[in-house]
Amino acid sequence: MHIPDGFLNTATSLAAWSASAAGLAYALRRVDKTLGERQVPLMGVTAAFIFAAQMLNFTVIGGTSGHLLGGALAAILLGPWAGTLVLTSVLVVQALLFQDGGLLALGANALNMALIGVLAGWAAYTLLGRLFGRRPWAVFAAGFLAGWLSVELAALAAATELALSGTLAWQVVVPAMGGIHALIGVGEGLITVAVLGFLRVARPDLLALGQTTEVSKDGMP
Amino acid sequence: MSWLKKHWWLAGLILALTVALLSPLASPHPDGLERVAEDQGIIDRAKGPPFRIVTDYLFPGIHDERLATILAGLLGTAVVFALVGGVAWIARRRHSRSHDRPLPPSGPGPDAGS
Repeated sequence: MHIPDGFLNTATSLAAWSASAAGLAYALRRVDKTLGERQVPLMGVTAAFIFAAQMLNFTVIGGTSGHLLGGALAAILLGPWAGTLVLTSVLVVQALLFQDGGLLALGANALNMALIGVLAGWAAYTLLGRLFGRRPWAVFAAGFLAGWLSVELAALAAATELALSGTLAWQVVVPAMGGIHALIGVGEGLITVAVLGFLRVARPDLLALGQTTEVSKDGMP
Repeated sequence: MSWLKKHWWLAGLILALTVALLSPLASPHPDGLERVAEDQGIIDRAKGPPFRIVTDYLFPGIHDERLATILAGLLGTAVVFALVGGVAWIARRRHSRSHDRPLPPSGPGPDAGS
């Protein structure tokens, strides 16, 4: 879902750059206040895993592939703001070192995947967690839906930018992007659940980190 | 096992590098956005990058495509780990020094009341 240069007009690109820069600045401030001892290596490992997993495209349907975005996963493991920093870093390295995603479009890609994707995943996981409780199936269901929603909303954000740029008509790009990413989102959800399941067995303490940092920040017990 | 518990981040990094090793198995089909761009005939509007380093996830100068992909994947995974881990580590050190915070298990820290 990395938008290359040439798909967005200048006004849309600059607006997206401004929005993602503001979001990133806020994320940096929040993380600077709450960064825990064990979050440091976990941020590095999560970023490394997401980068590697983003290379592993899986076929969905009709000669189309998708890959993990990792926004929901990063949010669940690290909380929304550290998750935003991790996804932004992955996108910056992809754009600068690998020429994946445009430079002018980097603001839009960060807005879609590192802010909207991460925050949507976080919101879905948190809300569903409150609804479903802490039983294993509930955590997995929440993780799946968070993964799916993060991809779908990131795709709709990209569709919005393409339409605002006049590149494609609204009535074409919104159903096209939303439709194919509804399928890709299933893969995102399944991989998110698989990683959560692995961590639940291997390191359940790490699974709690993303929750505790944010909860303590809000002053709750 | 205890080594893995203590150095869990190293185990995590090795796991990520292992995933990068699998990168030649990735589906060659266009992704969702590329599919939409192809179907709608706008794929040619994509501008090439102003500079090329490890374009298309192929390590330059390697003729075997699978090996070039693997090397690009390992490089990117290591760079991302170093960048994010390094920045977080520096921020954490700066922070813990300026607050002179005791290590976590030793009771309430200076910011416990905030």
